[in-house]
Amino acid sequence: MKLNYLDFEQPIAELEEKIEELRHVGSDAEINISEEIARLEGKSRSLTESIFSSLNAWQIAQMARHPLRPYSLDYLERCFTEFDELHGDRVYSDDPAIVGGLARLDGQPVVVIGQQKGRDTKEKIRRNFGMPRPEGYRKARRLMEMAERFQLPLITLIDTPGAYPGIGAEERGQSEAIARNLAVMSQLRTPIICTVIGEGGSGGALAIGVGDRVMMLSYSTYSVISPEGCASILWKSAEKAKDAAEALGITSKRLFELGLVDKVIDEPLGGAHRDPDAMAGNLRQALCAALDELRGLSTPELLRQRQEKIMAFGQFTSRAK
Amino acid sequence: MSWFEKLLPSKIRTEGVRKKNVPEGLWTKCTACSAILYKVELERNLEVCPKCNHHMRIGARQRLASFLDPEPQTEIGAELEPVDALKFRDSKKYKDRISQAQKATDEKDALIVMKGQLKAMPVVAAAFEFKFMGGSMGSVVGERFVRAVQAAIEDNAPLICFSASGGARMQEALFSLMQMAKTSAALAELQEKRIPYISVMTDPTMGGVSASLAMLGDINVAEPGALIGFAGPRVIQQTVRETLPEGFQRSEFLLEHGALDMIVDRREMRDRLAGLLAKLTRRSAA
Repeated sequence: MKLNYLDFEQPIAELEEKIEELRHVGSDAEINISEEIARLEGKSRSLTESIFSSLNAWQIAQMARHPLRPYSLDYLERCFTEFDELHGDRVYSDDPAIVGGLARLDGQPVVVIGQQKGRDTKEKIRRNFGMPRPEGYRKARRLMEMAERFQLPLITLIDTPGAYPGIGAEERGQSEAIARNLAVMSQLRTPIICTVIGEGGSGGALAIGVGDRVMMLSYSTYSVISPEGCASILWKSAEKAKDAAEALGITSKRLFELGLVDKVIDEPLGGAHRDPDAMAGNLRQALCAALDELRGLSTPELLRQRQEKIMAFGQFTSRAK
Repeated sequence: MSWFEKLLPSKIRTEGVRKKNVPEGLWTKCTACSAILYKVELERNLEVCPKCNHHMRIGARQRLASFLDPEPQTEIGAELEPVDALKFRDSKKYKDRISQAQKATDEKDALIVMKGQLKAMPVVAAAFEFKFMGGSMGSVVGERFVRAVQAAIEDNAPLICFSASGGARMQEALFSLMQMAKTSAALAELQEKRIPYISVMTDPTMGGVSASLAMLGDINVAEPGALIGFAGPRVIQQTVRETLPEGFQRSEFLLEHGALDMIVDRREMRDRLAGLLAKLTRRSAA
């Protein structure tokens, strides 16, 4: 399997290449080199462990955007069964950057909404690089309201660089579409579980990200602005993206420490793309556990707790006058 | 000044004392038509150019003072102050940016909330101070807005917000993003209670503020010629690589595309909003 190694994974890539070469030799030589291969494989694993135990924020941002990273549809295939995709906002069009529909999680019917990126060039363009337009958010809202109407839990998968900054998107009310979803999700009378599976890009991510539980895969990111965007505004240079990533605290670990995220879901060694099935297993488990916790709550109690959670966001001091 | 006061460092001595705006000159230029304008007259005209009707930016306090009845007025959430929870540092420390903005504006943060009356009707009014870090929304702005909503619910009084903001405050990172959820959730509660909310978008209303509290009005109003949108024009230009249409993201453009109910001249704001709110609250005509 070709793994598209990132810069900081180069030592692993070199080692894996050597192992591959040895395997090649091994098949047509008489000498037994399987011991050597096993030794190198062990070395590769511990090297991977050591590199991944201390990734910085910018490296994690690269992981979140990894070209092989599993996307929403990959999880829909692996975590859920019987997915029926539903299309369109009933007003203007269908936005392929957001997928959604009915599915089953552990046998239970649910509504799933996820942002979807494309794998190859053609698909990337069709999915608009995972950047939704207003019609995508309005389709999402339609599905949210349907989930409420039929008392189905809502599960959202967040993976977007951000809402699309385009002329048509502005004309059709990108701001309103996002704002409306925030308001609707805050009052939706059914459990909502949101998981950042890749990039949590600002308002475009939050527009499907208000819920009773907010979880992140360990190498996903969530940020008010992209590190590049922040760097070019505050440092006046996109080159400073690494510093910006650090300052913004975009990683799951940091956001969990700050209390902005409820749970971090472990990824397989080397990241979700190294073992999508194992990743999907972890995600399914976390989703089921969260749903179990929420199922016990009455609707008024669910809404009260959600409102309390949302109102607690923010850090400030209060000085008596 | 007593001998003791003289001993105190100047920083402490001036605290709490409101700095008077020392006028730089008596004359100023309209930023649109370049007409030379008499400052006092311009202020009396609510910072609208008497020659070309261009709506210049207006400070939050002046805005609220001109919008509400002179009495009674009670400020809400003035005791809330920003903190640098993340120890954020770019080319400058966030802590320093805060104190700089506080000194320059004599405000603690970028949103001012007043409980008062509009033509004798009890209302809660909020206004963004654009001069405070571009009116950016951080935790204090979010919390003050929520308190405005709570006060409106408590008093069963309509809420009006004048926005002027570049969007979320980057230095508060994800905390600032979450203010979008917080303010929108508060407005959803207000809506449940059937209390009217009028959002007035002024120049500029962008990003996270536009995509939360500003677009959620029962009635969405804008001042003439205000820049209103989700993404900034420069970002859009860089993304789509084509020339933006004439008047793109201006109030008139938004009205045409269905995002606004009306465009209202600042000098008529009191009358128009009072009329709208009287009808929404089923009061008799003034």
